[in-house]
Amino acid sequence: MRQTPDTISTLRDILGRCRTIAVVGLSPQWHRPSYFAAKYMQSHGYRIVPVNPLVAREGGSILGERCFASVIEAEQALAAQGGRIDMVDAFRKSEDIPPLAEEAIATGARCLWLQLGVMNEAAADRAEAAGLQVIQNRCVKIEHARLFGGLGWAGVNTRVISAKRPHQLPY
Amino acid sequence: MSKQPQSGDRDYGFGTRAIHAGAIPDPVTGARATPIHQTTSFVFDSAEHAASLFNLQTFGNVYSRISNPTVAVFEERVASLENARAALACASGMAAQMTALLAILKAGDHIVAASTLYGGTVGQLGVGFSRLGIETTFVDPSDVDNFARAIRPNTRAVYGETIGNPLVNVLDIAAVAEVAHAHGVPLVIDNTVASPYLCNPCDLGADIVVHSATKYLGGHGTTMGGVVVEGGKFPWDNGKFPEMVEPSRAYHGVKFYETFGDFGYTMKARMEVNRTFGAVLSPLSAWQLLQGTETLHLRMREHCRNALKVAQFLQQHPKVRWVNYPGLPDSPYFELAKKQFRTVDGLPGEGGKMPGASGILTFGIEGGAAAGEKFIDSCEFLSHLANIGDAKTLVIHPASTTHRQLNDEELAKAGVSADMVRLSVGIEDVDDILWDIDQALDRATRGAT
Repeated sequence: MRQTPDTISTLRDILGRCRTIAVVGLSPQWHRPSYFAAKYMQSHGYRIVPVNPLVAREGGSILGERCFASVIEAEQALAAQGGRIDMVDAFRKSEDIPPLAEEAIATGARCLWLQLGVMNEAAADRAEAAGLQVIQNRCVKIEHARLFGGLGWAGVNTRVISAKRPHQLPY
Repeated sequence: MSKQPQSGDRDYGFGTRAIHAGAIPDPVTGARATPIHQTTSFVFDSAEHAASLFNLQTFGNVYSRISNPTVAVFEERVASLENARAALACASGMAAQMTALLAILKAGDHIVAASTLYGGTVGQLGVGFSRLGIETTFVDPSDVDNFARAIRPNTRAVYGETIGNPLVNVLDIAAVAEVAHAHGVPLVIDNTVASPYLCNPCDLGADIVVHSATKYLGGHGTTMGGVVVEGGKFPWDNGKFPEMVEPSRAYHGVKFYETFGDFGYTMKARMEVNRTFGAVLSPLSAWQLLQGTETLHLRMREHCRNALKVAQFLQQHPKVRWVNYPGLPDSPYFELAKKQFRTVDGLPGEGGKMPGASGILTFGIEGGAAAGEKFIDSCEFLSHLANIGDAKTLVIHPASTTHRQLNDEELAKAGVSADMVRLSVGIEDVDDILWDIDQALDRATRGAT
């Protein structure tokens, strides 16, 4: 059993506190899901830090942000500017997660987020033992739109029931 | 460490969701009731915002043929009531089943469907779809093996109804789902007659649910509408649905399953079927259907209580030959009803564990077809019309109306006998319903034995 409860309040808390997101496996191609998600988060006020060794090798950038070869490298560059990585968001195969979890722990990230279809119980246990919150098999964009507005416009069951007026507009 | 669950973590009950799901206060005005967004189009903030919306990279509204905020509240409401992942509203129930199937079928594909479906559906699948090169095999649904025997390599959907109409037969959804899944195809269930209050087919294994919202969801008989619901568990990457996983030709290269996961089917149906075929629900209709949905739980309990009392009254009536209602303990469908339908308080029998069986029932009248027609004409406030699921009690004699074109053999195959009267029992005072039935039976059968 995960220690990080997969609840609306936990997800809201994570998405409220984690403002800088290292997106591991971010593709430079506009029609890839990783690009969809990162572009959405960027336009909703989050700082996106692309991690993609192939693009980084050529000194490239994605979504206007410099690309890094690893989470460690990205964290060092941000630390030099007084910044930090709050969330490591993984668009990688489930079996590639353990070393990534180690990087997330080493960089002091608050949250390890594994995207739709990505699950690794051992790596998740390890990251939680080190104090990180871990979310598996969920899309950061879909959860943001579910909890802060927008996903309901696509007819999706957000499970949000509330009589409170939202204090941000859902776009 | 232990933390009390915060607001938003609660599993809300059916009645709460029937009133609230999808409808939080308006963020701009604070309006508590759902506003009617009677607009065709929505402005873009910038060329960049427009591009993101068209690329589906952000959620938002472009044009009401694709999505509309009022319609979206109705979609989310029904998705919630069906314990499902997502929903897509359509102009009618017929549009909903067309959209549900065209999202995954193309020329050369094959459907296995129950032979006891609503006549309009038999026409859509058997005639309409066959013109498009999609063939349907209709099988007797009382034996689950019939579905398995009819499945071919090109079968891409299995289709049935929770409760058939006018046979009022009950489908073993879990068993048929098992057959469909063993062959890698989704089970599509029309849940109109049971309504989400009595049955959630996705919890029994169905993958896609369709409704004519015109019936119990609306309940007022004022508004046409339909809805397609996605359970969110079907593995669309099993090799049989390449259009769910490969780049979409109809929507510039989006991979629906990979990008949207457990609501990828709904996104595909929205962008490739509703957007291009155009049978969408209007915002005003969505709002009217939402007004009805708020009382679905109250109405369905009353429909079930009244229908059971009517069925029991008819069973002991000397002018009635037979009664078919799955809520009667001696009905051949009672055990399936008990297994699949919600218990409704206040129904006598089974130690307080009687399943609700909705409001549709049929009976045979002494004197056959002539008495059947006379019965209809003799009713004072039971409405003679071709709809079901209204708050009003509705009555029809299928052999002289909806099934008039059929000969005796075809009538028998459709399960319609000359003496059959169909009732859609409403939520008026049950004593008044029983009185009207009794006096009409008396007038219709005077002289008959």
